[in-house]
Amino acid sequence: MALTILRMENITKLFPGVKALDSVNIDVTEGEIHAIVGENGAGKSTLMNVLSGIYPFGSYTGDVFYHDELCSFKTIKDSERRGIAIIHQELALVPHLSIAENMYLGNERDTAGVINWDLTNQQAAKYMKVVGLKENPRTLIKDIGMGKQQLVEIAKALTKDVKLLILDEPTSSLNESDVKKLLDLLIEFKKEHGITSILISHKLNEIEYCADRITIIRDGKSIETLDKNVDEISEPRIIKGMVGREMTNRFPERQRVTGGGVAFEVKNWTVYHPLYGDKKVVDDVSLTIRHGEVVGVAGLIGAGRTELAMSVFGKSYGQKITGTILIDGEPVRLSNISQAIQHGLAYVTEDRKGNGLVTSNSIKHNVTLSRMEFVSKRGIIDQDLEGIRAREQKEQLDIKALSVEQHVENLSGGNQQKVLLGKWIFAKPDILLLDEPTRGVDVGAKYEIYQIINQLSAEGKAVLMISSELPELLGMCDRIYVMNESKLIAEFSREEVSQEAIMGCILQASKGGEISA
Amino acid sequence: MNKVVTAIKSNLKQYSMMLALVFIVIMFQILTGGKLLFPMNVYNIINQNAYIVILAIGMLLCILGSGSIDLSVGSVVGLVGACAGIFIMKWKWDPYLSILMCMGVGILVGVWQGFWIAYVKIPAFIVTLAGMLVFRGATLIILQGGKAIPVFPAEYKQFFVGSTPEFIGVWEVFGMKLYLTCLLLGILIAAVYCVAQLISNQSKKRKGYEYASKGALITRMVIISAIVIWFFMLLAQYKGIPAVLMVLGVIAAVYTFITNKTVLGRHIYAMGGNANAARLSGVNTERLMFFSYVNMGLLAGIAGMVFAARLDSATPMAGDGFELDAIGACFIGGASAYGGIGTVSGTVIGALIMGILNNGMNIIGMDSNLQRLVKGLVLLAAVAFDVMSQGHVALPSFLRFGKNKPEKVASG
Repeated sequence: MALTILRMENITKLFPGVKALDSVNIDVTEGEIHAIVGENGAGKSTLMNVLSGIYPFGSYTGDVFYHDELCSFKTIKDSERRGIAIIHQELALVPHLSIAENMYLGNERDTAGVINWDLTNQQAAKYMKVVGLKENPRTLIKDIGMGKQQLVEIAKALTKDVKLLILDEPTSSLNESDVKKLLDLLIEFKKEHGITSILISHKLNEIEYCADRITIIRDGKSIETLDKNVDEISEPRIIKGMVGREMTNRFPERQRVTGGGVAFEVKNWTVYHPLYGDKKVVDDVSLTIRHGEVVGVAGLIGAGRTELAMSVFGKSYGQKITGTILIDGEPVRLSNISQAIQHGLAYVTEDRKGNGLVTSNSIKHNVTLSRMEFVSKRGIIDQDLEGIRAREQKEQLDIKALSVEQHVENLSGGNQQKVLLGKWIFAKPDILLLDEPTRGVDVGAKYEIYQIINQLSAEGKAVLMISSELPELLGMCDRIYVMNESKLIAEFSREEVSQEAIMGCILQASKGGEISA
Repeated sequence: MNKVVTAIKSNLKQYSMMLALVFIVIMFQILTGGKLLFPMNVYNIINQNAYIVILAIGMLLCILGSGSIDLSVGSVVGLVGACAGIFIMKWKWDPYLSILMCMGVGILVGVWQGFWIAYVKIPAFIVTLAGMLVFRGATLIILQGGKAIPVFPAEYKQFFVGSTPEFIGVWEVFGMKLYLTCLLLGILIAAVYCVAQLISNQSKKRKGYEYASKGALITRMVIISAIVIWFFMLLAQYKGIPAVLMVLGVIAAVYTFITNKTVLGRHIYAMGGNANAARLSGVNTERLMFFSYVNMGLLAGIAGMVFAARLDSATPMAGDGFELDAIGACFIGGASAYGGIGTVSGTVIGALIMGILNNGMNIIGMDSNLQRLVKGLVLLAAVAFDVMSQGHVALPSFLRFGKNKPEKVASG
C-alpha cells in the first residue's frame, strides 16, 4: 500500500471579489506522477501557490497535510525545506548568472557568507548529470535554450533534496523532443529516485503519456480524480470533466443584429516578438467583425490573442508588423495609438492595473484620459464639462463610488473594470477590442459587464472579445475564432460551436505529433 | 463628520507641509529673537531662494512625469550665467537680446538631454550625471579657465535683483517708510483672491456642486487676505517688491495653470502614475518626456541668469550643488519619488522650508557642518513620510503600526 505524501482538504482561497478556490480536495500518493488539468483560471496555479507557501498559511482556509503532518508554510522557503519544489510556467532564472550560480541561488555553498565556487560548480555538475544536461556549469543562462533552462530549474530543485516536484505548464515553451526528454525524466525520477511529481498541463497527450492519476479542477472546485489503472483515460473523457458545467442565466439576453456591414477587417496580419525578432507571435491572421456583432477569440494563454489585439491597436505591441486593416471597407494606416483612437478603435486591456488605469488618479481623470480633446479647448481643460462627462459614465455603468473624484485604487476589482470600460466608451469608439473584460471580477459584476457589451453591440458597434473562459464566449458571441500558437486555426458560428469542439480543436492543433512511448 | 475626516486625510499631506512651514517660521522667529521676520531679512530670503524655487518647479515636472531627476541643473546654471557674461560684457550684445539668447541656451541644453533620455532611452540619472560634468566643463572653457566676468549692466539686472521701481511714492508713517506700490499690490492680490473665491463658489452653487458654507468661505478669505497683506506690508517696509518676486510669481502661476488646467499637465500626471496606461490611451509619452527636460533646461537657464545677476558676475562654479536643493524642495513639498504625485504650490513651500532652514540656521550662527546634517535629515524625513503615507512600505514587524489606508468603498 503506497503512502499518501500530500493531502489537501477543503482548500478555499478568496481574492477581493473572487473565489479562486472553493473547497478543493486532492491527495497525491508517494512516488506517482499526478496530473492536474483544468481550463485557464480554473485555479490550478492558485492551488499550487497555496501548497508552496506563496500564499502564506492563514490567507486561505482548509488544511494541507504533507507526510500526514499539518503544514503551515509562511513562505516558499518553508515548503522548500520540507522538500517541495515548484517550477513555474515563467522560468525564474537570472539570465546573466551562470547555471551553477542559478542552481544555488538563495541556497549558496558558503562558509560564513563566503561562497566556495569549486564546490558549487562540482555539485552543480553532479545534478546536471542527473537531469541529462550537458553544459559547463559556468555557462550563462542567457546562452542556453529554453529546454535546457527548464532542466536547470529541475536540477535546482534536486539540489534542495526535493521529494515533491511541482511543474506548472513545463512544456508550454518547449519543442517536441525537449518535451519528450522532460517527461521521460519525470518517469525516471519516479522509478529511480522515488520523487513524486505534480504536473499541471493543458496538453492531454502528455498527460496520457506519463500520468498515473489525474485530478480535474473546474471553476475553483476539484471535480474528480481519474486513476490510470481503474478509469478509462482518454481525451474526450478529460475534456468532459474540464468543461462540463451548467450554464443557466449567466448571460443576459441580447437582440442579435444581423446583416450589418463589415465594420472591421484584418488581413494577413503578422507580428514578430518585440525582443526576439525571429519569433512570430501572430502568424498570418485574417478576421472580420460586422457592425453590431460580438466576435470571440478563444485560445490558451500565450496563443497570441493579446498580441493580435495590441498590434492592431496602433502597433502597440511587437515589431515588423505586416498586413492590412480595413475600417468600413477602407484601408487605414494605424501606425500609432493616437491614430487608432482617432479611427474609432478602443483596446480594453486584460491588465487593468498594469496597462489600463492610472490608479493613483481619480475616476474622472481616468475616464477622460484617452480623448482629452472632448473636454478641452486649445489644450485647456474645461473641468466642469469633464466632471459632467465622467459622472455620465459613472451613472451609465453604475460604478459604485462616492464621487468621480475618488481615486481608482480604492475601488473594488469589478468597479475598476467598469471604470476601464467607461474610459473607452467615453472615447466613442466604433470598434472595441475587449481583452478578458471580466477577469478578476465577481459573478454579479460580470453580468453587468455583459449587459454593457450587449448595449454596445446594439448601438451597432463592432466588438472583439478575447476570453479564456469558454462559457463566456459561448454565452456572448455571434462567432468565435480559435487561436493557437500564433495562428487562427478555426472559426465557429454560434450554431455549431460547443466547448468540446473548441477544446478539441485546440488540443488537436497543439498536439503536433503523437509522442511514441 | 466622517466626510470632514476623509477630506482632512486626503489633504493631510499638503496641509502638513504648510503646517511644517509655519512651525519652522515660528521656531526660528523665536530662536533668532525675531530677526527672521525683519523686513530686510524677508527680502533677503526671497532673493536667496528665488533661483532654487525656479529650478524646483522645472524639476517637479521631471519628477511628476517619470519619477526621474535632473542632476545637471547646477552646471546649467553656471553655463547660462557664463553665457550671459560673454554675450553682454565680452561681445557687447544688447542686454534684452542676451536674455533671450540665454533662454535659448537653456532650451538647447534641454533638447540635448531630452533627446538622450526620451528617444534613446538612456536613464535620466546617467544622462544628467554626464550633463553635470559636460556643462561644468563647458562653463570653465567659456570662462577661459575659470576667470569670472564681473558687473552686469542695470538693464539686465532690473529683472533679477533689486526692487521694482516705486510708482506712487514712499509714505512715512509712525517713523517707518512704506513703499505704497508694494502695499497696494498686496491689497490688490488679496482683493482679486476674494472676488475669485466668491465667483467660483457662486458658480459651484449654481451648477449644483458641493460648495463652501458662508462661514467657511469668509474665514478662509480673511485668513488668506491677512497673510497676503501682512507679507506685502513687510516688504513695503524695506525696499518694496523684489524684482525677482515678480519673475517667480509669473513662473509659479504659469506652471500651476499648466499642471492643473491643461491637457499637457494632465498627461504628465498620467504618465507618472502609469506610463503604460498613458501610452495605451494615446499619450505620446516620449514627446512628453522630451518636453519635461526641454522645460527643465529653460527654467535652469532663467535660474542661471537670476543667480549671475545676484552675484553681479559670471563665475565658473556658480550653481554648484543647486540640483540637490531643487530635488530636495520637490520631495519636501510632497512630490512622490515614484512619479505622478506633486504640486507646484507644494514645491514652492518645500523650497521655502529649505530656504528658511538655511537662513534661520545662519542667523543663529549654527555650525555649517551641522547645517548640512539637519538639511539631510529633513529631506529624509519628508520622503519617508511620503513613502509611508502611500503604503509602499514593508516595515520590519517591530516597527509596524496601524495601517491608514482608506477603506474600500463598495464591492461588486
